[in-house]
Amino acid sequence: MKMVRSNAPSLKSRIADAAPERFFWDRAARFCVNHLARGTGFGGRLAELAGRSVAVATSSQLTTALALIELDSVARRVTILPPDTAADHFAALLACAEADAVVTDEGTPDHAAFDLPVRVVCAPAVVPAEQLSLPRAQTEWVLLTSGTSGVPKMAVHSLDSLIAPIGAGQRLDGAVVWGTFYDIRRYGGLQIFLRAILGGASLVLSCAGEPIADHLARLGRCGVTHLSGTPSHWRRALMSPEIGKISPRYVRLSGEIADQAILDSLRATFPEAGVGHAYASTEAGVAFEVNDGLAGFPASFLDHDRDGVELKLVDGALRIRSPRTAQRYLGAQNALRDGDGFVDTGDIVEERGDRYVFAGRRGGIINVGGLKIHPEEVEAVINRHPQVRMSLVRPKQNPVTGSIVIADVVLKADGARSGGEQQIKNDILELCRDVLPRHKVPATISIVPALDVAATGKLARRYG
Amino acid sequence: MSIKLTIMDQMKQIAREHGKTLAPLRDDLVLLDSGLDSLGFAVLVARLEDTLGIDPFTAAEDAMFPLTLGDFVKVYENGAQQRAVA
Repeated sequence: MKMVRSNAPSLKSRIADAAPERFFWDRAARFCVNHLARGTGFGGRLAELAGRSVAVATSSQLTTALALIELDSVARRVTILPPDTAADHFAALLACAEADAVVTDEGTPDHAAFDLPVRVVCAPAVVPAEQLSLPRAQTEWVLLTSGTSGVPKMAVHSLDSLIAPIGAGQRLDGAVVWGTFYDIRRYGGLQIFLRAILGGASLVLSCAGEPIADHLARLGRCGVTHLSGTPSHWRRALMSPEIGKISPRYVRLSGEIADQAILDSLRATFPEAGVGHAYASTEAGVAFEVNDGLAGFPASFLDHDRDGVELKLVDGALRIRSPRTAQRYLGAQNALRDGDGFVDTGDIVEERGDRYVFAGRRGGIINVGGLKIHPEEVEAVINRHPQVRMSLVRPKQNPVTGSIVIADVVLKADGARSGGEQQIKNDILELCRDVLPRHKVPATISIVPALDVAATGKLARRYG
Repeated sequence: MSIKLTIMDQMKQIAREHGKTLAPLRDDLVLLDSGLDSLGFAVLVARLEDTLGIDPFTAAEDAMFPLTLGDFVKVYENGAQQRAVA
């Protein structure tokens, strides 16, 4: 594999001249970016982490931000554990990352997997410290994919690939205060964190469990000018009367399909703001941004090299080659890129006029407000009902969560139908509620005479 | 059954299924404070499409999600009227 050595400045050096009015806020505290540049949260222990593979298992996003700034160009590898990582997976993930050090904070739960040669507790406050002159490392940034089951995959990025999408024009007129509904420990949030650092901006971090009304009010108090989230985040925010507390100049959507309704709602709510939606994933990076207020993307994006990003369709699915993609998976058998260097996104797009719109996932994973569902898993439960012959679980467009799952059910012809169809539907729903998390329980069930089966013998899952 | 009663019935049913406690259903109730969460409202919209035959949010591309129960009911009443006219 070709290794390109980067001479890009480290994150810490990028904030060396930070203006004193730049801050990173969370609900409880704030760091002055200028203090970060001249201080440490590691209590003088940064040198112990030099050249190591460091797992970042901090509980707060503020200490995560601090740790990432300190570790870039110092650690050999930084593996960022998102807050919802199952504790059962800690050991496997840290082993795969060959982690020999961990950074935690006050809120990190104890776990045997964190018993590594070096453990540094990141303080919730920055103290002034002499800046060490440590050997320059080409830090690998390892991000976890939002897996549905099993151990998440670990995608390897570099600082170069992460900041490649952040082009000119980021340094916008006037003071910029970024906010994001994402967690910065995932790709979408990390992008905003890096945009704030590179763009000379402040950043308002989200806090797990904070009511949306409080979060919006806090964003308003901090004077947020640029705000990013998924369409589901935005749909939820638009349901809150507190939405009136913010008046961003730029509104950004990514991570899910941005449909026309959410784009129009945001335009109506923030008539003065630019509304942009980005296509991005942990593996593919940010492929493109669309700023014309329309869903989908112009057909001209395909088969042209735009800023080093090439898109092509293979069997209706989008593939992306660019300096912004991750390089590889750690420890996985399957390659992250195909033989030509393209990342297969698995996202199906359809041509509509002079645009392409996203039709869904090739794998058929259904995304309900950011939670992913394999339809087969739900069908397996429904099919347990003695009177069910077969079932198809499919997404249905929904104004609140983007999608919701519904089920088409074919009943057995011979079975006795005690209580009629309504009773059977109720029984199926009860069965689902007994064994599935709420978001996987179909919102509605339709009894249908038949389901389409493709030539392969598999259920036809063509989502309309 | 009126549209309003249908909506309130469905809200109670979903609250039961999701193990949530509903606030008293008054017109000025802010939906976010009703006791149903995002998933609850997602299910509500899907169920109402089944029972009332309309989804006024997905049908109208520019529909804003209402803030209060009274406004939510109005969106459905308007949707039903528009369908009757069409």
